[in-house]
Amino acid sequence: MSDVVEKTLTALPSLLSLDSQPGSAKLSSTSKLGALIRGITELTSKHEEEKLIQRELASLKDQVSSPNTSMRQMKEAMVRAIYCEMLGYEASFTYIHAIKLAQQGSILDKRVGYLAVCLFLNENHELLLLLVNTVLKDLQSTNLIEVCMALTVVSQMFPKDMIPAILPLVEEKLNHSKEIIRRKAVLALYKFYLIAPNQVQHIHNKFRKALCDKDPGVMFASLHIYLQMIKDNPEGYKDLTASFVTILKQVVSGKLPMDFNYHSVPAPWLQIQLLRILSILGKNDQNASEIMYDVLDESLKRAEINHNITYAILYECVKCIYTVYPNSDLLEKAAKCIGNFVISSKINLKYLGLKALTFVIQQDPKLALQHQMTIIECLDHPDIIIKRETLELLFRITNAQNVTVIVEKMLEFLNQSKDDHTTIDLVGKVAEIAEKYAPENKWFIETMNTVFSLGGDMIQPDIPNSFLKLLSEGFDSEEENRKLRLFAVDSYISLLEGETRKLPQRFLQVISWVLGEYSQLRTDLDPARVMTLLTKLLDMKQTSSETKTWVLMAMTKLCSGEASISIAQSVCDDHSSSMDTVLRQKAHELQLLSQDSALRGRLLPLHRASEPIEVDSSLSFLDAFVSEALAAGAAPYKPPHQRQEELAQEKALSLEPYALSLPINMSSCNLTGRQSPTPMSVSSGLSGDSTELSLKGSSTALKLEGVKRVWGKEGYLSKKDPVEEVVQAENPSSPSQPTGAGGTPNDKLTPRATPEPDHEKQQLASSLFIGLGSQSSVCLMEKSDPMVQRFRRKAKTPNSFSGVTERGSVSSISTSAAVDNLLCTNIPESASVVPEVTHEPSPPSKTELDASLSVDIIDSTPSLVQSNGVETPLDLTENEVTDKSKDECSSISLPAKLSGLAHSEITSLCSNQSMEVSACHVHKDDCVLLVIFILNSSDSDIENARLHVSSEQLEVSLSESPLQDIAKDAIAVCQYSLTVRSPVVHFEVLGMLSYQSSLDNQEVEFSYKLPLTSFIRPLEVSTEQYGTMWLTFSNDTKQNLALVTDGQDPLTDTLDLLKKKLGLHVVEMIGKL
Amino acid sequence: MWTVPPSSKQMHFLLLFSRQGKLRLQKWFTPLTDREKKKVIRDMMLMVLSRPPRTCNFLQWRDLKIVYKRYASLYFCAGLEDQDNELLTLEILHRYVELLDKYFGNVCELDIIFNFEKAYFILDEFLMGGEVLETSRVAVAGSLEEADTLQETMEEYMSRPAY
Repeated sequence: MSDVVEKTLTALPSLLSLDSQPGSAKLSSTSKLGALIRGITELTSKHEEEKLIQRELASLKDQVSSPNTSMRQMKEAMVRAIYCEMLGYEASFTYIHAIKLAQQGSILDKRVGYLAVCLFLNENHELLLLLVNTVLKDLQSTNLIEVCMALTVVSQMFPKDMIPAILPLVEEKLNHSKEIIRRKAVLALYKFYLIAPNQVQHIHNKFRKALCDKDPGVMFASLHIYLQMIKDNPEGYKDLTASFVTILKQVVSGKLPMDFNYHSVPAPWLQIQLLRILSILGKNDQNASEIMYDVLDESLKRAEINHNITYAILYECVKCIYTVYPNSDLLEKAAKCIGNFVISSKINLKYLGLKALTFVIQQDPKLALQHQMTIIECLDHPDIIIKRETLELLFRITNAQNVTVIVEKMLEFLNQSKDDHTTIDLVGKVAEIAEKYAPENKWFIETMNTVFSLGGDMIQPDIPNSFLKLLSEGFDSEEENRKLRLFAVDSYISLLEGETRKLPQRFLQVISWVLGEYSQLRTDLDPARVMTLLTKLLDMKQTSSETKTWVLMAMTKLCSGEASISIAQSVCDDHSSSMDTVLRQKAHELQLLSQDSALRGRLLPLHRASEPIEVDSSLSFLDAFVSEALAAGAAPYKPPHQRQEELAQEKALSLEPYALSLPINMSSCNLTGRQSPTPMSVSSGLSGDSTELSLKGSSTALKLEGVKRVWGKEGYLSKKDPVEEVVQAENPSSPSQPTGAGGTPNDKLTPRATPEPDHEKQQLASSLFIGLGSQSSVCLMEKSDPMVQRFRRKAKTPNSFSGVTERGSVSSISTSAAVDNLLCTNIPESASVVPEVTHEPSPPSKTELDASLSVDIIDSTPSLVQSNGVETPLDLTENEVTDKSKDECSSISLPAKLSGLAHSEITSLCSNQSMEVSACHVHKDDCVLLVIFILNSSDSDIENARLHVSSEQLEVSLSESPLQDIAKDAIAVCQYSLTVRSPVVHFEVLGMLSYQSSLDNQEVEFSYKLPLTSFIRPLEVSTEQYGTMWLTFSNDTKQNLALVTDGQDPLTDTLDLLKKKLGLHVVEMIGKL
Repeated sequence: MWTVPPSSKQMHFLLLFSRQGKLRLQKWFTPLTDREKKKVIRDMMLMVLSRPPRTCNFLQWRDLKIVYKRYASLYFCAGLEDQDNELLTLEILHRYVELLDKYFGNVCELDIIFNFEKAYFILDEFLMGGEVLETSRVAVAGSLEEADTLQETMEEYMSRPAY
C-alpha cells in the first residue's frame, strides 16, 4: 500500500493542475461528453434541446448495444447517459449496461458503473438483484478500492432480501486493517439496521467493538447505529452513558487529531451525534442525566467561536439540556443561550433561536415572556419563514386569553401565504385552537368560516367533521347550544345571500348540513327562503356532485310548507335523471318525502340530531355465531392493529428477549403517585381507560400548563373576563415578570424604539403573552392536566390533610401489603392482608398527631409507638366509647365486627380545637364500609353531633349508629356503606359534621377519597368462559411497560409485580403471540 | 403524496442547480419514483430561486426542511427532516464545497458541469446514505487520490501498446 501512497504524493500536483485548468479544456476538447455539454449550452430553446438529446440517446443506444464497444467506451457512454438523465430524459436502456459495466469493467470503469447504478436505480428496482453477485465478488477482492466501492454501493442501495447473502462478508470487514474499510463496513451495517434491524441483531457486540475502535472515524460511524438503536430502546443502553460522556469530554477538550477539526472546532459532527445520544439516554432518567451535566456545561462553555458550526452545537446542546432531567444551573445557561440566538441579527440564528424556543416553551412558558418583544418583531419580519416559525411558537403558547390575537395573526399570515402545505397545516392549527379556547360563539363561528374559506378543499377532512360534531353534540347548556346553532344559521344565510361562487365545496357541505339541521330553530325564517338559497347552489356550475348530495339531503330535512314543496319538486325534476346514482337516489328520496310529510316526520324528526342513534357496535347479535365458531375451534378475532403487529413480528424473527420501552416505568410512577391525592393513581394510570389519567400521560407532548379548555365535549366552560386580564398585563413587567430560572430582566431585551410603536407592540405583547406568567411550572418533568388540577383544588377542603397522611404506611396493616406505600395497600383480593388482631400493638392514634407534623411523624411510627408506651390495645366494640385520661394516647381501632376484614389505614381527615375526625374504609363482600371516627378532644362534651355524608358518584347509606353526644375524650364511630353509582378513578366522599360544643354551634367539613379498586371484587373466570364472553370484554388497552431488570426472568418478575401491586390478572394466552 | 420513510436520515436529497434552473447534480438518499423526483426538483428550483436576498437559508417544504446556500452561480440545496439541525446541514453543504474546492482547486461551476462524476465520487466519500461519513478533510481527499492515482496508473498502463 505504501508505494501507492507515495505515488499519490508524486502524482498529486500534476493531477490537480490538470484538473483545474479553466473550463476543463482537456475534457471538453476530446470527449463526446464535452461536445454534448457545449452543444446544449449553445442552444436557446427547450425544443432544440429535446431534439439534440433524442439524437444523443439514439446514438448512445447504438453504442451500448453494439458488441464491439469496449468497456472504456462503455464507461464514457455511461457518463453521457447519466448526464441525459440529469436533464430529465429517460435512458432506461442503459440501466442493464450500467450493471454490466460494474460487473465486468476494470476498476475505474467499475466505479462509473456503480455510480450509474446508484443514480439510475432506486432501492426497489428489480435489476438490482443482478448486482448482488458483483458486490459479492468485489467484497472478496483483495483490492482495497474495489472493496470500498462495493461497500459504498451497499450502503446506498441494496435489495433488502439479499442482505443475508453479503452480511457475513460485510461483518468480516469490521476487522479489516484499514480504517476506511472498517468505517464503511460500519455504515453499511447501519444501513442494514435501518432497513432490516432484525438481521443485524446478532452483531450488536461487534458494534461495541467499533465504538471502541482506535480510529475516531470508525467510532464516529458506529455512533449512527447507536443513535438509532438507543432511539428504539433507550433502556438497553443506559450502561453506555458514561462511555459516551467520556468520549464527548475528550472531543470537547480537543483530544482528537487535528484533521478532525472543522474551522478549528473539534469534530463538530461527532459532538452533535453524541449530544443527540445523550439527550435520549438522559430523558426522564435522573441518574443518567447527572453523569452528563458536567460535559454539557463544558460544551456550552467551549462553543465560543463565532461560527455557524458552534451555533449548531449550541443548539443541540440546548435541546439536550431541556430534554434530560432538569438541572437549574444548566437550564439557566441554556435559556441565556437561546436568548442570544433569538436576538441575533443573523437571520439564520434567529430562525434557530425561534425553533429552540418553540421546543423549550412547552416546558418553560416563562421563557417566552422574556423574549416577547423579539417575538413580536419576528411576527412582522419580512422573511416569511421567520414569520411562519413565530406562528408555530405562538401556537404552542395559546391559551384562552390570547387565542383571539393569535388566531388573528395566523389568519393574517394565511391570507398572504400561497403554499398549499403551509395553508393546510396552519388552517388545521387555527381550527384546533379555536375549538379549544373560543371565547364566544360569534368569534368561533366567524373564525371557522374563515378557516373553511381559506382552507378550501385541501383542508383535512376531520376539521369539518369535528366542527359538525361539536354543533350537533353540543355541550351541557342547552341554551348555549341553541345560541351557537342559531348564530351559525344566521351567518350561513347571509353568506349564501352573498357571492357563493368562491366558497369551497367542503364549506358548502358544512353550510347545507347546518341549514338542513338547524334552520328551523329560527322560527321567523321561512324554510322556502332557505330552499331557494340552497337551490342556487345546485345550479352553480362548479358545485361538485358530492356537495349536491349534501344540499339535497338538507332540502329533504327542510321541505315543509307549500312553497318549499314546489321548490323541491322542481329540484327533483332536474336531478332525478342525473347520471350520478347517489344524486339520483337522493333526488328520489326528496321527491317521496316531500309528498309524504308523515313519513318524513318519522324518518327525520326535528331536533333529534343530537340524540344518539342506537347502533349495536359490538355486533352482539352475532355472539351466538361467534361462540359456536370458537367452540368449533376457530381462532379468536384479533383487531387489525394487533394482526399487523403480529405479522411484523413474525416476519422479523426476534432473537432478543423483548425489551419494551416504557413511558411509565416504576420511577415515574412514583412521581405521579406523589402528585395525586390518592395513592391509587398509579394503577389507574396503567389501566389506561380513565380519561383523566390518559390526559396526564400525554401531557408531556404538547399541552401547556394552565391552559384552559373552554370548548369541548364537556361543554362550554365559563370564561374569564379577558378585559381585566389585559389591563393587568398592560404593564408587562409587573404581572408577567418571570420568577424562575433565567430571569434576565425584560428591559434589557426590549428594544428602545420610538415610544409610540413601542407602545403598540407592548400592547400586542401583553395580549399575546397573557396568562403565561401566572403559571408556576417549577417541575419540568411531570405535568398534570389543568382540568385535573382545578378539579383537585376544588376537592380539597380547608381542613383536609388526607392527601398528606395517606402516604404513610401504618404498621397495623401487615407488612407485606405495605411494602410500597405508594402503591395501594388496600387491594381487596390480597389475602396477605392480615386483619388487625388485638394482640398486636395498635397503631398510635393518628388523630392525635398535629397535622403539620404528619409526614415526619408517620414515617417514624414505630418509635412513636414505643415512646408513647401504648401497652394494651383497646378492644373497641361497636359504638363503644372509650374514656382515657387526657395525657395518654387514645387509640382508634376498628369495631371488632369489622376487624377481621381487609381495610385501609385510618387517616386523619380534619381536626380543630375540640375534635378530630378520621376515617378508613373496610372491604366487605357486597360493599365498602366507610368508618368515620370522631374523637372529642375538648374539655367538654359534644352535643347534638350530626354527621352528613354524601358523594356524587356513590350511594351512601348509613348502616349503623347515628350520632348522638360524644363525651369528653371519647370516640364515636359511624359506619356508612358505599356502593358505586357511576365509576370514576377516584371517588370522593364529602362529609359535614355539625355539633354543639360547650359554647356554640360548629360545623366541620371534610372529604375522604377512595380509589376505584376498593370497589372492585375479583371475578373468577376460567379461560374457556372468558373465551365465550370475550366479545363483551372487548375493552382493549395497550400499555408499554419497562421490565423489572434486576431479577433473572424479567418478564415473569414484571408480571408478578403487576399482579401483586396492581391487582392485575394475567389471562392465559392461547396460541403463540 | 410525499411520504417520509421510516428511517430517520440526516438528509433526504441533495441537489445542485444553477441560477438559470439547470440541474447540475442530484443525489437521493431515499427511494423515490422518477415522477416524485421531478416534482421535488421543480419545486426546489421554484422556491429557492425565488427567494429574495438576505433571507434565511431555510425553507419549509411539505414535511421537510429545505436548507440551501448559494455559492457563486450554483445553488446547493438539501432536504432534511423537520427535527434536524438546519445549521449543521448548512455546514455540511459548506464542507462539501470545501472538498470540491480542494479537489478541483478553486472550483467553479464549469468544473462540476464537465466533471460531474468526480463530484459524485467526492460526495460518496463524504456522505454515505445521507449521513456524514468522513469528517476529516484529509481523509476524504486521501481516499479519492488513492483511487485517482490508480486511475492514472491504469490509464498509463492501458495506453501502452506493449502487450
